[in-house]
Amino acid sequence: MSATRRVRLHEVAHARAGDKGNRSNIVVAPYHPDLFAYLVEQVTADRVHDLFKHKGATACTRYILPNLPAINLVIDDALEGGVNSSLNQDLHGKTLSFLLLGEFFVEVPADLIPNRQG
Amino acid sequence: MSNKTVYIGSGAGFAGDRLDAAVPVVATLQQRDGPRYLIYEVMGERTLAIAQRIKMRNPDEGYSPYLDAYLPKIMADCKAHNIRIVSNLGNANPVGGARRVLEMAAELGIADVRVAVVHGDDLMTFMRAEEIAALPTIEGVEIDGSKIFAANAYIGARSVAAALALDVDVVLVGRTTDAALVLGPLIHEFGWAEGDLDLLAAGTLAGHLLECGGQVTGGYFCDPGFKDVPGMDNLGFPICEIDASGGVVITKADNTGGMVTRATVIEQMLYEVHDPAAYLTPDVTLDMTNVTIADDGPNRIRVMGARGKPPPATLKVTVSADGGWLGEAELIYAGPNALARAELAADIVRTRCQRHGVSDPIRFDITASGSVFDNHDAIRRRGENRPLDGEYRLRTAIRTADKACAQYVNDEVLSLFCSGPAGGGGYRCNITGQVETASVLVPRGPVEARCSVEEIKP
Repeated sequence: MSATRRVRLHEVAHARAGDKGNRSNIVVAPYHPDLFAYLVEQVTADRVHDLFKHKGATACTRYILPNLPAINLVIDDALEGGVNSSLNQDLHGKTLSFLLLGEFFVEVPADLIPNRQG
Repeated sequence: MSNKTVYIGSGAGFAGDRLDAAVPVVATLQQRDGPRYLIYEVMGERTLAIAQRIKMRNPDEGYSPYLDAYLPKIMADCKAHNIRIVSNLGNANPVGGARRVLEMAAELGIADVRVAVVHGDDLMTFMRAEEIAALPTIEGVEIDGSKIFAANAYIGARSVAAALALDVDVVLVGRTTDAALVLGPLIHEFGWAEGDLDLLAAGTLAGHLLECGGQVTGGYFCDPGFKDVPGMDNLGFPICEIDASGGVVITKADNTGGMVTRATVIEQMLYEVHDPAAYLTPDVTLDMTNVTIADDGPNRIRVMGARGKPPPATLKVTVSADGGWLGEAELIYAGPNALARAELAADIVRTRCQRHGVSDPIRFDITASGSVFDNHDAIRRRGENRPLDGEYRLRTAIRTADKACAQYVNDEVLSLFCSGPAGGGGYRCNITGQVETASVLVPRGPVEARCSVEEIKP
């Protein structure tokens, strides 16, 4: 087994955020299928909830789809009231996929991290 | 069982999508052998609410303003090659939209264009606002009955199939599920019954993948150096190929940019989905948990394993109410100590608005400091040491029932020009009327009993 490295989620996974009311959903998928088990182990509902608490998030539910593979994160009350009442410039929280990718760290085998040139 | 393949292309995934995206889709569909459809999905909750207001002022309007932008580019080719158009461009007024399509066909010299509409999504035609306000909302919010001006039920794909059975070239609907624009043609072509739950699930999944247009073909996906997408200036919109057994392939228009890969399909499959085991629609409850995807050649992804469960006994209704005003104003600071000057500008406006008695909360963002990730109190910006030098834009925002109050806050930002910190520039402002929406559930019976289809004649 190769050495592990602690990296931003952005290095090893991609994500897209959607909204319904004051609830955000973020799909997270690994660039390499063998990374999926590490994401399942580390991208937990509790840790994701913590990242959105300053926005008022009250709960996070995680759905695991091993066939794709992907994780669907549903975060309640993460959108400062949602499109009806939010004063955020991003009413729908479309940018929040990159809050997760940028500020969530995972520890994964170094040889599974995509090698990006330039 | 029929061995034909049905080809369904997308021309738009939201109101505001690229005006020319459908042209290569139609050019590609012309080369395919089998029933062919072009869908335009252009309706959001607010789009519909705004259209209802327009219709209240003028009963001939309230269909999508994009109807005139999209359809003339492809209508002649669609008619010549029997590519049928299915769309919610009808918005709040499908009949008005249908009349405009007929007019447009006459202007373009396209003969024998036939158009049908679906009626029945508008609850305000048979329920009073107070009755609607009394229903519990899914979001748990209260709605003021006196402010409600629209309530539309998401109706299912069977109404779309019924309209296609009238043998028309164009079907315009108001509020249906987005997926119904795809599932409707499939029910029409394959005769899928209400009990064919796995087939209805496959068609619904195909619809869900297509409903946002280019979001499944590399749009809203590219992250340079990490997820590269070729030719985004000519993004190819999706085409779905579906057979009678519910086999689904997602591909895209020929001779275009963009791409269809496992990754683009995965992102869109779960977009705006909560429980993947229970994606609720009026036609079927879609279970995606066993879905697998496989490469099927360049820019072709096969999607298998959708499972269906019976649909819910209720329909979802979007209720729209007057939401007051949103005022926003911005001023930019740059260069040495720009962040400190922008912060001071915010403090000045905050103090003056408090002194004036503005009681609605005002948000003070400093753009370029991560404000979209922050909260109302800018807790992250205050907790981090950001460079004082740079380019920072002060932005204020307020929601208020009183338009004059929104104007007051904007004027305070404007007055920073001469009375605020040094070097502010680039003032921008707007005040826009707001729509508040909530969702309620209603029994299917009374709504579906009023659903009907009608061909609109010239």
